[in-house]
Formats: sequence, structure tokens, C-alpha cells
Amino acid sequence: MLDPFFDHYLDDSHRMFYETCLRFTEQELLPNAYEWEEAESFPIELYKKAADAGLMGADYPEDLGGGGGDVFHVILQCEAMMHCGSTGILAGLGSLGIALPPIRTLGTEDQKQRFIPPCLRGEKIAALAITEPGTGSDVAGVTTRATRQGDHYVLNGQKMFITSGARADFVSVLARTSDDPHGGLTFFVVEKGSPGFSVSRSLKKTGWRASDTAELVFEDCVVPVENRLGDEGSGFLALMKNFQFERLALAVYGHATAEVCLKEAEKYARQRKVFGKSVLSFQVTQHKLAAMATKTRAAKAFNYQVADAMRRGEEVIEAVSQAKNFASDVALEVADQAVQILGGMGYMRETVVERLYRDARLLPIGGGTREVMNEIICQLRGYPRAR
Amino acid sequence: MRIFVCVKAVPDTNANLKVGSDNLTINPQGVKYVMSPYDAVAASKAVELKAANEGSELIALSVGKDNKESRQRIKDALALGADRGVFIKDDAAHRDPLGVAKALVAAIKAEESCDLVFFGRQAVDTQASAVGPMVAQLLDIPFVMDCISLEIADGKATVKRSAEGRVETLEVSLPAAFSAQRGLAEERYAKLKDIMKAKKKPQADFDYAFPDAGYEVTAMTPPPERPAGKIVGEGPEAVGELLRLLQDEAKSLSF
Ligand SMILES: Cc1cc2nc3c(=O)[nH]c(=O)nc-3n(C[C@H](O)[C@H](O)[C@H](O)COP(=O)(O)OP(=O)(O)OC[C@H]3O[C@@H](n4cnc5c(N)ncnc54)[C@H](O)[C@@H]3O)c2cc1C
Repeated sequence: MLDPFFDHYLDDSHRMFYETCLRFTEQELLPNAYEWEEAESFPIELYKKAADAGLMGADYPEDLGGGGGDVFHVILQCEAMMHCGSTGILAGLGSLGIALPPIRTLGTEDQKQRFIPPCLRGEKIAALAITEPGTGSDVAGVTTRATRQGDHYVLNGQKMFITSGARADFVSVLARTSDDPHGGLTFFVVEKGSPGFSVSRSLKKTGWRASDTAELVFEDCVVPVENRLGDEGSGFLALMKNFQFERLALAVYGHATAEVCLKEAEKYARQRKVFGKSVLSFQVTQHKLAAMATKTRAAKAFNYQVADAMRRGEEVIEAVSQAKNFASDVALEVADQAVQILGGMGYMRETVVERLYRDARLLPIGGGTREVMNEIICQLRGYPRAR
Repeated sequence: MRIFVCVKAVPDTNANLKVGSDNLTINPQGVKYVMSPYDAVAASKAVELKAANEGSELIALSVGKDNKESRQRIKDALALGADRGVFIKDDAAHRDPLGVAKALVAAIKAEESCDLVFFGRQAVDTQASAVGPMVAQLLDIPFVMDCISLEIADGKATVKRSAEGRVETLEVSLPAAFSAQRGLAEERYAKLKDIMKAKKKPQADFDYAFPDAGYEVTAMTPPPERPAGKIVGEGPEAVGELLRLLQDEAKSLSF
């Protein structure tokens, strides 16, 4: 059941959508999650299934095929789906959540209609490609080049760690159209099958295993001008806007991870007998769980407050950076404690806590590392630039 | 066509139910309520029929306590695709099925016409399977229980129902009432865009003065604790003994 403590952020539509997402999770994801994690992939049909259940693009307007909801619908969907115990499924199904915003922010009406509705119908898979083998945190260091030649651009470079990269039908790619570090970055939509675009390898990961993570190569890749998003040089600002949402989403992964781990640990502690008593009957366990519950709720409360400010259209750069760091740390700690409470079982891949423990390790890395978040916080607090 | 679907708020089947301190009612503390699962199947079928028969109207009816959880079931039906909802307030701790049926009939008769009425095969809380047949009786229309398929053509319904050891196919004149068994329809998900649309759909209250109940619940006790399990043996050799026990002791098998 939803924690009534957070009721005032929600209306009936959020609670009803949560039930829809929970049912989809219990019927379609939970029974398969372990198998898909082991296979390091989930069936491609799942995109269509999720779309048919209305789980794609909750916060997109209806004329683009979305649900017409707000940021809290997205949050509750994530909380519900995390119960499947595989962040990789969420990240894989949800890669449109980071791939479509540049199109939504910068795209023309025509570009939006071309790319967004097919994704929300589950017919096309989208990925976002920023990171490169040579640069991650330093986005201004992007070296993938886009050179204009008549009615098309020619892209050269590589992209690294791209979620849904191998299966994507199109990729929102950040490339350099001039040498200006920030002002020279531009988004392009590169479609599968474009000459010169290939997937060089799928990567093996610690966690998020059901999601596809790939390295992409652009070798004299031809991209028509119609696939450029916005004017040349408009990429960096759009990306910064995109990051707010991505960071909130990862922060939400954090509290949702902690919630599921807490629930699993409570359940196990209640039923597991040691020395003739339940693990839960020990005060050590109870206090541990009490601390886990406290931190989990604090992370969630922070995230909800940030999301609410976002919903009102407020500037949240510092707060969302803090929320991401806080929720990541809580997820890591709570998942670790949950593994401990489950004992040997907590080390077995068939358990949800084992998987979420590994999955959580990504949270302070992806979408901007903990250190980068701290850099942003320091900058916004006006500290002198340190080296 | 005018189609009705009757839905009831029941505790989630996963809920850990406790009898309240009055020994008369379930303690609602911490219990999640849902639309009774068979009602959800019925609603899915009703939505399917409405979509297939242009110009049809689907009305969701519910009798329940005047609280959020009960009223929410109407909203659930609207989000699944019903056009409007009618809620009938009932303050009784327990309402006998005949009372519920009479209230539903009054609400149905208040509408211009009625072609189809859908129910779940049973509410998963009281498990009486009583209201559906009673409504049909009071409306003087045919009733088919436990439907697993249903098609409408030429003013008639062709229905398959599951019965002990067989499937029956029936032809039913309309108007008629039906109760849904699992499988009657693919259970729909309430999509977000439909949830949003449901906010704007009309919901009305229908006032009904319930007659005195024909019976009264005088006590409620939890079911007996489940006895401990028994290991009959191991491997194929144990199958014979297991079958014997299931048949003779547990009486859960018949040949
Ligand atoms: C599973 C997974 C999925 C991903 N999906 C995508 C995707 O879909 N699209 C995409 O574009 N990218 C994706 N990424 C990439 C991710 O965003 C980057 O890994 C992340 O931004 C960090 O970049 P990096 O790996 O290059 O680390 P680096 O930038 O090389 O950082 C190395 C270390 O230096 C630290 N550091 C950096 N700057 C500072 C500083 N100023 N002060 C102190 N320390 C600093 C970092 O915090 C880190 O500890 C994904 C990564 C993973 C692992």
C-alpha cells in the first residue's frame, strides 16, 4: 500500500495508475525478472506489452500518445515497477525517458510526431548517447563530430555505455558542430540502418543486467538535416534541462530500491528462524530495520519535495543534485543491510535484494556521478573554484 | 445498447484479514480494497461489448459504504471504460443480498432501458453468488452464471458457461444478465489516459431506502488455524498414498 504520509502530493489518478503499474509488474515482470537478469536481456515484445498497458510516456501529452500525467505519475510507476527486483528492466523499458526529452524540447512538430508516438506505442526503441570512451562527466569534452555537407551531416566518433544502444531504432546523439566547448554541441537523431552507424559491442555489467548497454560507432555516418534537433549549438542547454529530470529519476530509483529492500528484509526477518526465534525478534534486527525505514522515508520525502517543486516549474538544480546523492547513498546502505539480514540467501542471485544491491551501485555513477553532483552543489553555493 | 456492470469493493485477496473487536465485521485497518476480481473481468467484457456496438452506453453501478474506498470502485470502472457511474449508499454493516439486489434493480429501472447486466461470478469477500441471479429474477430476465465467452448478434447472446465437467453453449434472448468467470474477457489495464478521462465522466448518487433485511449476521469468527502439513513420502512411490489421502481424508479429489 502507498504510504499515506505522502498523500498530499497525489490525487486519485496517481493512486489508480500505481495500481495499474503494480498489476503489470506482478503479472508480467516479477515472474520473469530472474530469468531475464540471467539472460542479460528481456524480450523485445515487452515494449509493446508495456505500451498496451499504458506504461509508456506517462508524462507525455495525449496528442503525442502519452498518458497526460505529471512527474508524480512517473515516480509512482517507477516505485511500482521496482518491485520486480530488476532495475535493468526499468532502465531498458524506460530509456525513452532520457532519449525523447531532447526531441520534446528542441524538436519541430514534425520531428516530435515522427519519433515520439511510435516509441510510446512500444513500436520503436530510443536511446540517448552523450557519454564517449574519452569523456563522461565532462560533457563539454564531447568529441563526436558532425560536419555539414549539403543537405546532410557526417558524424564521426564513438559513444559509450549507451542504455538500449544495441536495440535502439534511433538514438539521440550529442555531437560537436563547432569547437566552442559548450556552444558547439548539437543533438541529432540517428536512425538504425543509417550508413556508417553500428554497434561495436554489448557491455557486461555489475548490475542493471537485464538492460542492454552498448558502445556505438559513427564512421562517416550520414544523417539528414531533418534529423538535427534545434539550431546548431543548442545541445548543451537542452541537455542540462534533460539532466534535471534524469537525476530526479535516478534519485527515485534510489528510494524505490530502498523501499523494496526494506520490505524484502522485513518479510524475511519475520519468517526466518534462528536459534528458535525469528530474526525479527532480535532487537539488533529491529533497530537496523528502523534505521533503514527512517532513511528510506527521508530520501523519498526529499525526492517528492524536489519533484513537487519541478511540477510547479521551479528551479531545482541544487536540490535535485543533493537528492540524487542522498537517495543513492540511502539505496546503497539499505540494500547492503537487507543483504545482511537475508544472510546467505542475500548473496544468491535469485533474491531481489541481491540484485538490487548490485543494481544500486550504478546510482552514484549514472546520470552524473556523486562527485559531479557535489561540484554542482558547491558551484551553486558560491564556493571558490577548487582544483 | 444500454449495458450495466455491477461492481463491489472488497478487501484485496492478499490482505491479511482480521475480525474486528465487535466480532461482527472485518477490521478495515490497513486493509487495501479493490474491485472484486471477477467484477473486473465482467467490466472488461462490458467495455469490449460497448466498443463493438456503436452507440452503446455502459453504466457502472455499485452499492457500498459511503466512503472513499467504496466510491473508488466506480472510478475504477470509469477508468476501465464505463461511461458513467451510479453509486448507492448503504450504511448497514452487512446488507443481505436481496437488499443489494433490490437497490440495483431500482437504479437500473431508473434508467431508460436495459439490455445487458454484468456481474462477477461472486464477490470474493462474501462469496454468496447471490446478487446477480436475484437482480435477474427481480427484472424478470434470463441469467447465465459463470460465463466464459459471450457474443451478441441479432438481438441475442450466444454464451458459453463452464459447469462441472463440461462447457455449455446457450442462446439467450435480451435483455439478460450474466456473471463472469475468469476467461470471459482479457482483463483490461486502466491506462493513464483513461484514468485522466475518467475524472470528467459523470458520477451520480442514487438514493435508495433499503427494506428491512431478511437475515442478520450475528457473529463473525476467523476460520480455524490451518493444521500442520504432512510429508507423505518421497518420489513416485508416494503418489499412491498421496492420492488416497487427498481422496479419503482431504476429500479434495473425486473420481
Ligand atoms: C549502466 C550504465 C548505463 C549508462 N547509460 C548511459 C546512457 O544511456 N547514455 C549516456 O550517454 N551515458 C550513459 N552512461 C554513462 C554515465 O552517464 C557515465 O558513466 C557517467 O556520467 C560518468 O562518466 P564516466 O564513466 O566517463 O566517468 P569519468 O567522467 O571518467 O569519471 C571518473 C571519476 O572521476 C570523477 N570525477 C569527474 N569529475 C570530477 C570532478 N570535477 N571532481 C572530482 N572527481 C571528478 C568521477 O566522479 C568518477 O569518480 C551509463 C553508464 C552506465 C554504467
